[in-house]
Amino acid sequence: MSLRILVGCKRVIDYAVKIRVKPDKTGVVTEGVKHSMNPFDEIAVEEAIRLKEKKVAGEIIALSCGPSQCQETLRTALAMGADKAIHVEIPSKEYDALQPFQISKIIAAVVKKENIDLLLLGKQAIDDDCNQTAQMTAAQLLWPQATFASKLDIEKNFALVRREVDGGLETIKVKLPAVVTADLRLNEPRYATLPNIMKAKKKPLVKLLASSLGVDLTARQEVVSVEDPPVRKSGHKVESVEELVKDLKKLGLA
Amino acid sequence: MAMSNLLLKSKFFSKNSIARLCLQRFKSSLVVVQHDNVKFAPATLNAVTAASKLGEVTCLVAGHQCNQAATEVSKITNVKKVLLADSEIFKGFLAENMTNLVLKIQKQSNFTNIISSADSFGRNLIPRIAAMLDCASISDVTGIKSEDTFVRTTYAGNAIQTVRSKDNIKLITVRGTSFEPSKLDGGANVPIEKVEVDGSEDAKLSEFVSQDIHKSDRPELGSAKVVVSGGRGMKSGENFNMLYDLADALGGGAVGATRAAVDAGFVPNDLQIGQTGKIVAPALYIAVGISGAIQHLAGMKDSKVIVAINKDPEAPIFQVADYGIVADLFKVVPEMTSMLKK
Repeated sequence: MSLRILVGCKRVIDYAVKIRVKPDKTGVVTEGVKHSMNPFDEIAVEEAIRLKEKKVAGEIIALSCGPSQCQETLRTALAMGADKAIHVEIPSKEYDALQPFQISKIIAAVVKKENIDLLLLGKQAIDDDCNQTAQMTAAQLLWPQATFASKLDIEKNFALVRREVDGGLETIKVKLPAVVTADLRLNEPRYATLPNIMKAKKKPLVKLLASSLGVDLTARQEVVSVEDPPVRKSGHKVESVEELVKDLKKLGLA
Repeated sequence: MAMSNLLLKSKFFSKNSIARLCLQRFKSSLVVVQHDNVKFAPATLNAVTAASKLGEVTCLVAGHQCNQAATEVSKITNVKKVLLADSEIFKGFLAENMTNLVLKIQKQSNFTNIISSADSFGRNLIPRIAAMLDCASISDVTGIKSEDTFVRTTYAGNAIQTVRSKDNIKLITVRGTSFEPSKLDGGANVPIEKVEVDGSEDAKLSEFVSQDIHKSDRPELGSAKVVVSGGRGMKSGENFNMLYDLADALGGGAVGATRAAVDAGFVPNDLQIGQTGKIVAPALYIAVGISGAIQHLAGMKDSKVIVAINKDPEAPIFQVADYGIVADLFKVVPEMTSMLKK
């Protein structure tokens, strides 16, 4: 068995950065801010590589949609072990107005073009927090979906997936080809070593345009405003447990 | 129409309110209910509240041997009709089969809004239905400004986004903690209508195998009045018993955890609170041995009162805590528990 795997890699503001909302309320400041691969996507890339190491997967293709800087994110995926990368270039201005809806159509087009058996994505991007792209792509392709995976086993023509759900865990079986989204506990992503980072520079990175994939990028939603959340009033430190319990009792909470 | 003539003649109705009534009549919301065939998930009550702001509410209860869940749903105030689809096809609530069912219902009934709670059930299902209807979807809605304008958070709750949808059908998931729960009205006589299931709903793409649901008689995290939460500082799973004792002393709260505590194997994954876990907003949140990373704060910073117990005075959790105590949790927690029991 040698599955062809496509893995999505979104470039997002690094998870440790404290973001700033723009004063004109149109979005958050992204210029000059540290970006990295979406943490959930790193887990998806790692899982794809592990499947290759287990000889379940053949070729691993990393995909990113967005402005030219996405190529850095793709190089990271190549340094981790992906074989080839596809960058669907969308200029910043246009990209800002896109939602998972349009991205899912782009991904579905690439999946068809590349004859993919398994699409691995992160369960959500930590910037828009949508948690939609994979489910929508599965719908575009009429493939089954296994979201929030914490364990993935590939059998002959299906995948056995343990999912993290509200009350605990559940296991489902989905027919291949399928879409799987990675939850945090699927694996521990590896670090790219320096020799692998050097090697990644020589790996193929193909550039495509959304228009050449025949995808309509008309926005379906308009962002009216982006604002700071309300600030909590600062509290105070108490000296003893007694004082704490007294305060809670005063509030009727204990 | 006699009814509208009556309304026009009545001095109690202004032109505006008639317009609003007419609008209301054409807007309809389908709430796809998460349940375990017996009870509905508590967040359903909040989802119904949100849905009723957008139109007349119909609830869909699909599952296997789920009569009882449908009966319970019919008692929710604001629900006008319950659709019941009972078949083995919906065992495990697989997204592929559930989507086919909703598409079939939508074809007949043309709902203007399709809504579910923003939990693992709704998040899995709603975007798939949206894409099949060629619509975008709005996740984790925290506010409804008008029939097409919604509020949600991005960047782990650090930015509040207002979006206007241009789609004819609005597909949304609702953050439970942002909407009041609808009341239960035992006396209401809401019709339960059976949906004919003829097998065409079965996509034959997926299969439910098994589940390992963590049973607990404590209140559900999302709707608990008190949440006591532990982080890496708890050091072990056994030590979480201290938190259960404290929750009991506070009248029976729920216990939550940080990602670190779950990753370390102290507690199961479904207790995780944060950007990628559960979102809670209880009256009282007690953070024990939790530093307060951005990703954790995303899940609890709308709590009414936050108490932090941490030995590191520099821990970021103290920046959002109303009451903080800088001390060893292994001393503070038992002391607090015994003091509360008095």
